[in-house]
Amino acid sequence: MELFTNQVLAGIATGAIYACMALAVVMIYQAIDHLNFAQGEMAMFSTFISWQLMQWGIPYWAAFVITLALSFVGGIAIERILFKPLAKAPVLTNVAGFIALFAIINSSAGLIWDFTIKQYPTPFGSSPFLGSQLISTHQAGMIGVTVLLLLGLYFFFQYTKIGLAMRAAASVPESARLVGINTSWMIALGWGMASAIGAIAGMLIAPVVFLEPNMMGGVLIYGFAAAVLGGLTSPFGAVVGGFLVGVFENLAGTYIPGVGNELKLPIALALIISVLVVKPAGLFGRHIVKRV
Amino acid sequence: MTTLLNVKDLRAYYGQVQALHGLSFSLSEGSLTTLLGANGAGKTTTLRAICNMVRSTGGIEFDGKPLNNRSTESIVRFGIAHVPQGRGTFTTMTVEENLQLGAITRKDSAGIVSDIERMYAHFPVLKQRHTQQAGTLSGGEQQMLAVARALMLRPRLMLLDEPSFGLAPLVVRDLFGILGKINREDKVSILVVEQNAQLALELADQAYVIETGRIVMSGNAKDIANNEEIRKSYLGY
Repeated sequence: MELFTNQVLAGIATGAIYACMALAVVMIYQAIDHLNFAQGEMAMFSTFISWQLMQWGIPYWAAFVITLALSFVGGIAIERILFKPLAKAPVLTNVAGFIALFAIINSSAGLIWDFTIKQYPTPFGSSPFLGSQLISTHQAGMIGVTVLLLLGLYFFFQYTKIGLAMRAAASVPESARLVGINTSWMIALGWGMASAIGAIAGMLIAPVVFLEPNMMGGVLIYGFAAAVLGGLTSPFGAVVGGFLVGVFENLAGTYIPGVGNELKLPIALALIISVLVVKPAGLFGRHIVKRV
Repeated sequence: MTTLLNVKDLRAYYGQVQALHGLSFSLSEGSLTTLLGANGAGKTTTLRAICNMVRSTGGIEFDGKPLNNRSTESIVRFGIAHVPQGRGTFTTMTVEENLQLGAITRKDSAGIVSDIERMYAHFPVLKQRHTQQAGTLSGGEQQMLAVARALMLRPRLMLLDEPSFGLAPLVVRDLFGILGKINREDKVSILVVEQNAQLALELADQAYVIETGRIVMSGNAKDIANNEEIRKSYLGY
């Protein structure tokens, strides 16, 4: 039983990271109808920036905040420079853009910080959480920061004017323009936020997977699995999907014979395929209620 | 009366296809003007050109200021509210959020709150459903919501594209009654595009008839309604 609880809690902790990645992917998907394959690399680059800041002697939380700000601006810049001009281009052109972005960020990180694996600090420590052997303080911190982030985002989208404008721009762009919303900037803002959310995920998972240019590869695939499972049209679904995938991954690794650590990743891919076959809209994918 | 909207030699294009061929008309402040014409005559295109949602050349002046080359979202800030064909409802959002969106360019929070109450007084059915997803409203209710959303801007000019489309005759009467009231009491100038010529002419004070992208007839709405020849050849009733 203790093994089970332990695995579930650990699953929730990594699931929190998948939830963040899934949320970042869904935000951009809602805004421009494309999957951002480079979301993980953007997060990785942000994490390297925070590491660099700490190398220069800036304390953890200051580096954390500065990195969020830089990632936000960077996300906006990527949208303005690369994807705004591609807005009316065919799907494949956009896909090529995302792959280019992936490759550029990945190799730039390798060039600047090289490909050796680096230790990344945790501000929470890794002692047992509240004296319990079930979960470490860092895992508890991952869950805590994610929950704060999700509450903040919920408040932002539900109760602020700009959140309302962003939702409107994503749901009916033409009507949004007709009430005076600058939809183009709302998309850029979505990119900035997605980039910052990814940065949080990267900085939280780095102590676990260690810092290197390919650190987010697996995490992003789990994030995609979570987004597909929850439904690409539902931010709420993406978050739930993230936690489910995290728990599922751990339980499968523990209890299904022969899966172990090596076969965890194919499980995520199998999950994506099964969801697409059985319930293409995902668990919480929007089915719009409409009367004609 | 002063001219609020002045359109001169308007030509609009969808790709290579020209939809408007030098269309000119004007609308005086406080008036309720209707643009009539058959399907494909260019009525919707005219409204879309005013809000720069279609490529066009020619002069469009609002209150003496040129609107050409301004983005759709900045034209709204002049006080022009456009209710598009198909109503443009934010179907996944609540009725109240739809109304808030109508006022999203306004800064006066207190005024917005009181205007939402005013809309609920105009359209009681919206108050009953204010927390409901707007997509679940009936066609008529959605049209009321679209008009209310436009009014939330406190517009000087409201552009309405086929408000009667798909609505039951009684609902249309109701809606047109409300439009007349808004025009008289709130001093909102209205430009309404309609296929239901008979009803539009009853409501309007000024009318223009469009055929294949050109104005072919203009004048007092009563005169046009009383002219049997025009009615038969252009309006089909």
